[in-house]
Amino acid sequence: MSLKSKLHNLKEKYKGKKMAPAFNALHTFLYLPNETTHGGTHVKAADDLKRTMNTVIMALVPCLIYGMFNAGYQHYLATGAIEAADGFLGASFWTLDNLILGAWQVLPLVIVSYGVGLAVEFLFAVIKGHEVEEGYLVTGMLVPLIVPVDIPLWMLAVAVIFGVVIGKEVFGGTGMNILNPALTIRAFLFFAYPTWMSGDKVWVHGAVERSQQIAAGQNVDAISGETLLGAYAQNSTLPGIDYWDMFWGLIPGSVGETSKFLIIIGALFLIFTKVGSWRIMLSTIIGALVMGLIFNGVVDAGWIPDTSKFYGLMSVPFWQHLIIGSILFGAVYMATDPVTASQTNKGKWIYGFLIGFISIMIRVFNPAYPEGVFLAILLMNVFAPTIDHYVVQANVKKRMKRLKVKTA
Amino acid sequence: MGKDTKLILDPLADNNPITIQVLGICSALAITAELEASIVMSISVLFVLGVGNVVISLMRNIIPSKIRIIVQLIVVATLVIIVDLVLKAFAYELSKTLSVFVGLIITNCIIMGRFEAFALGNGPWRSFLDGIGNSLGYAVILIIVGFFRELLGSGTLLGIKILGDPVAKTGLYAFGYENNGFMLLSPMALIVVGIIIWVQRSRNKALIED
Repeated sequence: MSLKSKLHNLKEKYKGKKMAPAFNALHTFLYLPNETTHGGTHVKAADDLKRTMNTVIMALVPCLIYGMFNAGYQHYLATGAIEAADGFLGASFWTLDNLILGAWQVLPLVIVSYGVGLAVEFLFAVIKGHEVEEGYLVTGMLVPLIVPVDIPLWMLAVAVIFGVVIGKEVFGGTGMNILNPALTIRAFLFFAYPTWMSGDKVWVHGAVERSQQIAAGQNVDAISGETLLGAYAQNSTLPGIDYWDMFWGLIPGSVGETSKFLIIIGALFLIFTKVGSWRIMLSTIIGALVMGLIFNGVVDAGWIPDTSKFYGLMSVPFWQHLIIGSILFGAVYMATDPVTASQTNKGKWIYGFLIGFISIMIRVFNPAYPEGVFLAILLMNVFAPTIDHYVVQANVKKRMKRLKVKTA
Repeated sequence: MGKDTKLILDPLADNNPITIQVLGICSALAITAELEASIVMSISVLFVLGVGNVVISLMRNIIPSKIRIIVQLIVVATLVIIVDLVLKAFAYELSKTLSVFVGLIITNCIIMGRFEAFALGNGPWRSFLDGIGNSLGYAVILIIVGFFRELLGSGTLLGIKILGDPVAKTGLYAFGYENNGFMLLSPMALIVVGIIIWVQRSRNKALIED
């Protein structure tokens, strides 16, 4: 008997029982579209929720694998065990040691994220008596990529429960949520446990542990795990990192967001498969560049003294804003979430532009939040329906005018 | 259930001023980071609303309706000043924590709402019960929110370390537990109130509005 018919039998057996959605989940994931149409004439197309989700996950896999290598690489680099890699194909980067250490750190994050998140989804499916939805599959993949590598697993579990329940289930589940669940999880972590989410100790595996050993009086070297943004916000720079390192992603940061190169490849894949909106990606980047240009203009005009605490980030050349933080990751994988983004094409331009614009504004002006991308996207998630409303109304008005001209 | 008992019990659950009428939210968000402050705030509101309702009810036939809001404000302001001075005299530290929010009881919508909706049209005894009932309904939510925020945010209850010492790493903290800083911020109070509303309405479908 094939897997499909086995699952189908299981489904028939538990039909009408309270636990039915839990038993049906695998069947639902693998074989069943969420809603099937009956009767009438329909256009046949293959793009359902499942295909969309799977495409995004495929686009994320390179970032995840790179993140594992990078976690190991940054650790060994900081402890002085290896030399800095020379470029993307550098010999000391793609080593088995890096992968083993990185996977040992990153895989538990993935497992906790999926395990806890899907458990919550199952629970709600059973309580509400609907099928388990696939919405969490992408969220569960995004979450480990946007947290520091050393985040304690129980914190991640608490945050995932909060994010899935408050960010999604209270609104009615997948497709009904106002906020991006993955970013809700990150925001929760950021405000609940700030010592694990920002600062110069959390971005490289082992840095916190090492600083505790030093505090306990052991004679070891400290590991610094500062991100570039953290350094710029302090009006300093990190030595030995050039633009190519930032582009290839050989820098400390959240697990999956460092490699701009792989994010761009993922973006092209999403645009090619028509899953991600190129309008949002492009307008986000434009928004970020415009804000960066404004800051550069202010610096060039000499309106701000170089002793100002904003000077460091304001004087960063505008195009560099794209490669030093996680704006590209946010633009490609977060802002384009079809549920929480604007739906209209014009709305997408406005929505994306404001995300980029506000991200850089927060990044520069708020020293407490060195990276503002996730806050900017959450903010614009809230405004997306408003933007759509006005875009639609403007269109209605335009057509009404046309109608009047014709009939007059 | 007697009519008088209903006045007390209704606002505790099915007609709760915070979760059903959504009044008095500001103070519920602002001062509930600690359980002690929530309790003191609840007692203050209990006093102001209980006494205020009686006073307004006694005067209900002589207040010209054109200036009734001003009269109500004077009554509530007098009572709030009494509470404020008592707190400053006997619990100075606490009054600093509550800061401006004691004064802001004047603008607490629950109080003006009960004066307008109930005390102006009912006798003193019934008004007194209504005042007590509504402030108890307010108190219940404040104490629930304060309980969770202080326990999860600071690991203490009424200042007593329940979960262990975060600095010396005893109790739960020995296992790597950490306080949830988000609980101390006002947005989390809004979310906790929201969760209470959610739970309440999912248990009693009659409360769900369209």
